[in-house]
Amino acid sequence: MNFDFSDDLKQLRDQARRFLSEQCAPAVVRRSLDRQETHAAGLWSAIADMGWIGAAIPESYGGAGLGYEGLCVLAEELGRVVAPVPFGSTAYLAAEAILAAGSEAQKREWLPRIADGSVTGCFALAEGTGNPDPASIHARSVGGRLSGVKWPVADGGIADVAIVVARDETGGIALFLARGADALRRDLTTVDPTRNQARLEFDGAPAERLGQAGGWELVQRLLDRAAILIAFEQVGGSEAALQMARGYAMERYAFGRPIGSFQAIKHKLADVYVALELARSNAYYGAWALSADAAELPLAAATARVSATEAFHLASKENIQTHGGIGFTWAVDCHLFYRRSKNLALTLGGAPFWKNRLVDLLETKNAA
Amino acid sequence: MDFNDTPEEAAFRAESRAFLSANAEPKAGSRPSLRLGGMDTEAVKRCKAWQVKKADAGLAGLTWPSKHGGREAPAIFQVIYNQEEEDFTVPRGLFEIGLGMCIPTMMAYAQPEQLDRFVRPALRGEEVWCQLFSEPAGGSDLAALRTRAERDGDDWVINGQKIWTSGAHLSDFGIIVVRTDPNVPKHEGLTFFFLDMRSPGIEIRPIHQMSGTRHFNEVFFTDVRVPDAQRLGGVGQGWKVSLTTLMNERLAVGEVARPDVDDLVALSRSVVLNGEPAIRSTAVRERIAEWYARSQGLKFTRFRTMTALSRGETPGPENSIAKLVNASKLQDIASYGMDLMGEAGLVVDDDLAEAYAMFQSALLSSPSARIAGGSDEILRNIIAERVLGLPADIRVDKGVPFNRVPTGKR
Repeated sequence: MNFDFSDDLKQLRDQARRFLSEQCAPAVVRRSLDRQETHAAGLWSAIADMGWIGAAIPESYGGAGLGYEGLCVLAEELGRVVAPVPFGSTAYLAAEAILAAGSEAQKREWLPRIADGSVTGCFALAEGTGNPDPASIHARSVGGRLSGVKWPVADGGIADVAIVVARDETGGIALFLARGADALRRDLTTVDPTRNQARLEFDGAPAERLGQAGGWELVQRLLDRAAILIAFEQVGGSEAALQMARGYAMERYAFGRPIGSFQAIKHKLADVYVALELARSNAYYGAWALSADAAELPLAAATARVSATEAFHLASKENIQTHGGIGFTWAVDCHLFYRRSKNLALTLGGAPFWKNRLVDLLETKNAA
Repeated sequence: MDFNDTPEEAAFRAESRAFLSANAEPKAGSRPSLRLGGMDTEAVKRCKAWQVKKADAGLAGLTWPSKHGGREAPAIFQVIYNQEEEDFTVPRGLFEIGLGMCIPTMMAYAQPEQLDRFVRPALRGEEVWCQLFSEPAGGSDLAALRTRAERDGDDWVINGQKIWTSGAHLSDFGIIVVRTDPNVPKHEGLTFFFLDMRSPGIEIRPIHQMSGTRHFNEVFFTDVRVPDAQRLGGVGQGWKVSLTTLMNERLAVGEVARPDVDDLVALSRSVVLNGEPAIRSTAVRERIAEWYARSQGLKFTRFRTMTALSRGETPGPENSIAKLVNASKLQDIASYGMDLMGEAGLVVDDDLAEAYAMFQSALLSSPSARIAGGSDEILRNIIAERVLGLPADIRVDKGVPFNRVPTGKR
């Protein structure tokens, strides 16, 4: 039994934590929050230089070959600091889509540039309100020309390439690669300005199909894999929010004693800790499934996602509550976690979608 | 990451499996053991026969010294054995406290010749032990206990009352913490002993529980004499010894009580709600998903604990989350499953009730899971103080001589 990250990966985690605590202080996040910039471009290029974007990309395509457990470790640290960078869109989705569906030539063309940070990616799935659903896909590519409207697209406003879920000539679902610059783009205002969201309108834009594979199963497979990595971001964010609440509860006095000595606060934070540990354990199982490419991956992913979404929601809202009125101000960082919690909770489908999927998979498993 | 055993662990797992396959019934497909009737004479016999079989096979007292019949194996072996045993129906409920808490406390504080006398018979199931801690005035606040012991020559004389003593009526020996000095603050006036449960002056009365069973007892002490040689730790050191006992609570989470989420899934497939199987309902699916995520989270938390054990590390108090989560989950699943049955959910008759009446049985028994062995509230305190490092509660009895602490009317 070795249900833990290796010493090498723990070193990577420590190194990432040190690096991000210096390079991604709240002041950096707040530049995006206050709309002074769409994302932390300096941090993003530093992350690229560290080789993190290509952590799970094989070395033969210019990646670092650290494997998926390495990517999970990095995801947790990026979640911890609410990093305002297009990491997930690029590493969990665009790179993964090309790896899963791209032709050999496409992998050779794009993956090294993604790994070195010269190309930023995004994943254009949604077409308005609603959870992931093949019936909602109306975008279409005919003769190498893509048309359709995608929103919201995480990091769509800053991505060089978009992996677009669209229909081919036969009406089947497939993945198409288009240039961000070939879309009519509009940045969206959202509850979490620390991550870019955009509306992308394609009107006969040049697009190449990724490989020959297709079908909603391919899309769902990408969602499953990304869900595990997002769960690690949620775990990192939950832990940071819990630590922030704990720190305040130790320092803040009321009625002549630290508020952390009141059971109303202690029990609340104990509940957050419990939710966090369950989420962490479920995420670890997801990490194992990713790195082993196990048959259990879809159920592990849905479970990790449900668990981590619940934990981050609880941790971020109770962090505000523990702070009291000061926690409701713009100046205090509580709302960074609260906003990011909702952002990640909705990324690639909300809790109802993933809960339903979890039970679908459970039924299939029990029937087998 | 991997889920593989080391070669030594794999060999031990195979050994455990072989023993269980040869000697116990597989659990798959069997009805759950509801223990509605408590522990009767036949059940005691079965437990004792099973324990001696385990001991003869070298599978009892796995981490204990070999001179007392143990195996001196690492703690991970106990977890592995427990995991394997979960797949089988074996007699339970008689030795957990003695072997899990009483004898480990003895091993920390008793004299060598006392260990020679008591450890092996306990290990072989020949002698049953109970733990006499809680009192009417000392539950979560254990150190508020009032049972007195006074020195008389080479003996101590005990007067008072214990309560919630599991299996006292079946026990040969017990460990007990009592007050020997009421004039000092509460933690400082306690002393710890072991005693013969057949000593003159001990009266045991089973408690009729709300679930209908009688598993716990009240134990009354009237001028019960205990030799000073049976004192564990120094006079006034009883609190420290008690903490040793409490820290020895089983490392591994025992069997997960039923109904669990799998039982709820099965029920949701068979019960009809709004014209279709209940499992088609979005509301039902959401609840199943939430409980499944919690169950899995606990399972994999245990794997993380096993990893620490496997490396020879000591798991921390973070382990207390399992009981906290499981107890409420059990109560909530029991209640929700009955909701799905409609009015028939009230019925427990064997020939009519759904799922062997396990939902109804758990509805009535699960309140105790949230109280016994550390209430939900105490566990949250432990997590808050020992894991998160939050300040201890302010105590109005701190530093106050015990006989001047306010007591209230209940």
